Amino acid sequence: MNWEVIIPLFLFLLIIFAIGFWASGHVRASSSFLQEYFLGGRELGGLILAMTMIATYGSASSFIGGPGVAYTEGLGWVLLSMTQVVTGYFVLMILGKKFAIVTRKYQAITLVDYLKHRYDSKIVVITAAVSIIIFLFSAMAAQWIGGARLIESLTGLQYTSALFIFAVSVLIYVIIGGFRAVALTDTVQGIVMFFGTLILLIATIVAGGGISNIMTDLTTENPNLVTPFGSDGSLTPAYVSSFWILVGVGVVGLPQVTIRAMSYKNAQAMHRAIIIGTIVVGFIMLNMHLIGVFARPILPGIEVGDKVMPMIAMEVLPPWIAGIVLAAPMAAIMSTVDSLLLLVSSAVVKDVYVNYIKPEATQTQVKKLSFGVTGVLGILVFVMALDPPDLLVWLNLFAFGGLEAAFIWPVVLGLYWSRGNKYGAIASMVVGVLSYILIDSFYPEPLGMHSVTFPVLMSLIAYIAGSLLIRVEQKESI
Amino acid sequence: MSKKKDPRFKIANREALIGVGLAVFNFVWWFAFAYGLGSKSPENYQYILGLPAWFFYSCVLGLVIMVIAVSLIVKKGFVDVPFEDEEVDR
Repeated sequence: MNWEVIIPLFLFLLIIFAIGFWASGHVRASSSFLQEYFLGGRELGGLILAMTMIATYGSASSFIGGPGVAYTEGLGWVLLSMTQVVTGYFVLMILGKKFAIVTRKYQAITLVDYLKHRYDSKIVVITAAVSIIIFLFSAMAAQWIGGARLIESLTGLQYTSALFIFAVSVLIYVIIGGFRAVALTDTVQGIVMFFGTLILLIATIVAGGGISNIMTDLTTENPNLVTPFGSDGSLTPAYVSSFWILVGVGVVGLPQVTIRAMSYKNAQAMHRAIIIGTIVVGFIMLNMHLIGVFARPILPGIEVGDKVMPMIAMEVLPPWIAGIVLAAPMAAIMSTVDSLLLLVSSAVVKDVYVNYIKPEATQTQVKKLSFGVTGVLGILVFVMALDPPDLLVWLNLFAFGGLEAAFIWPVVLGLYWSRGNKYGAIASMVVGVLSYILIDSFYPEPLGMHSVTFPVLMSLIAYIAGSLLIRVEQKESI
Repeated sequence: MSKKKDPRFKIANREALIGVGLAVFNFVWWFAFAYGLGSKSPENYQYILGLPAWFFYSCVLGLVIMVIAVSLIVKKGFVDVPFEDEEVDR
């Protein structure tokens, strides 16, 4: 056991718990349980809004997988990761004030609430809720596995015990504290990610003898590593550019991101979050992936990409600082998982149960159910992560792209195009998800672009066609 | 939909279009420098602060430019509007 690494990680968990308990006070004191538990009472300020967006979105892939691929592919992969900078300002500018105003008017607590009021259709609500539950549940399980593997590799614990520690930590603060706990812990986790990245970048550059030296070493090994085209020249401009849709502008359609665009206090909070978000997401994405590239001459020959980040941290930093820095990927995974857990729980409780099964449920019943559902979901994911079924692994592959293809147009055009209607929304969701799964399974990467590109375009066409072909005559507003 | 004339929505629409404009600018900058300067053979690369010029302009300077552009536009161009309607729920 490596105590110098474990102690900082343990302290980090303690801080997270303290926040969870503090937030649970708000949940108990609030007069509007659902709004507080699933939306933090719509009180987020600028810094917290920016951090919770970035932390939710920046998952294990930004801290473990991404730097690992950058290690193999070189600067071309850093270029690809920079397609994510746009998320820092685009999501809040596009959904922006209109979404905040409209969702308040509808008194919407979830993304599905918004769709329900906008389209007034049971099929839209059910399709949306089911897609969220299925896709995000699978995504969540994949992140839990990542979290447990990380604890396993850092501490030397068994996978099952590592998974247990991870599960218990996340479950406690999410169940008791709700959205406010998630957003505040995301902020702490985001700050840890920011400074972890900074410290590790500096230490890696020093260990490599300066940037010029590192670049010379890379060019000597394989000149392709310093080009935009990847180590074997296979990263084409079309392929890299198509990531602007998957991890750039398409993020507007992800429910875990849109929910945050209805949670902030006022316009100033949104303005500040746009600026802070752009700075932080750009800084983390650029430098985390650069660290992966810079690590190559220092630690050549690492076979498993996921080990690059932990190994370079242990190599270039004193152990106790490495512990703090390695809390960053831990934080990234936790902050993604907690949001997904709460979102799936809100889909079950608010979108399905309160909407259709028991609209007359009392506040106390809903409260008990929310704690219960969040807990049961957590236990279910835990069991799944012990021995992940193939179906789950398969679904996770489609989780983000599928949700983007399903929701981007019903959400965005629902806001800005008054002719858009429920037929367009249904067509768009069905076409988006099915075409993505079909294209990816049978004809992956058409024209050298990521498989998600065409489904996003096809779901746009479906939305417009459906809305124009079948007119809905209902003038009265809700 | 009855509130079509809500003046706040005009502001919101304008700001959403600014978002699209910034994203287009961001993409063009990123793409033009990366593949404009990066497509030649690595022996002919120029280096700035130790990094290849294509990478420095596209990713490092590009990020700085975007942060400055976003900050200026939000501070000067974005308007503070109330979110609550007449029925204030809190």
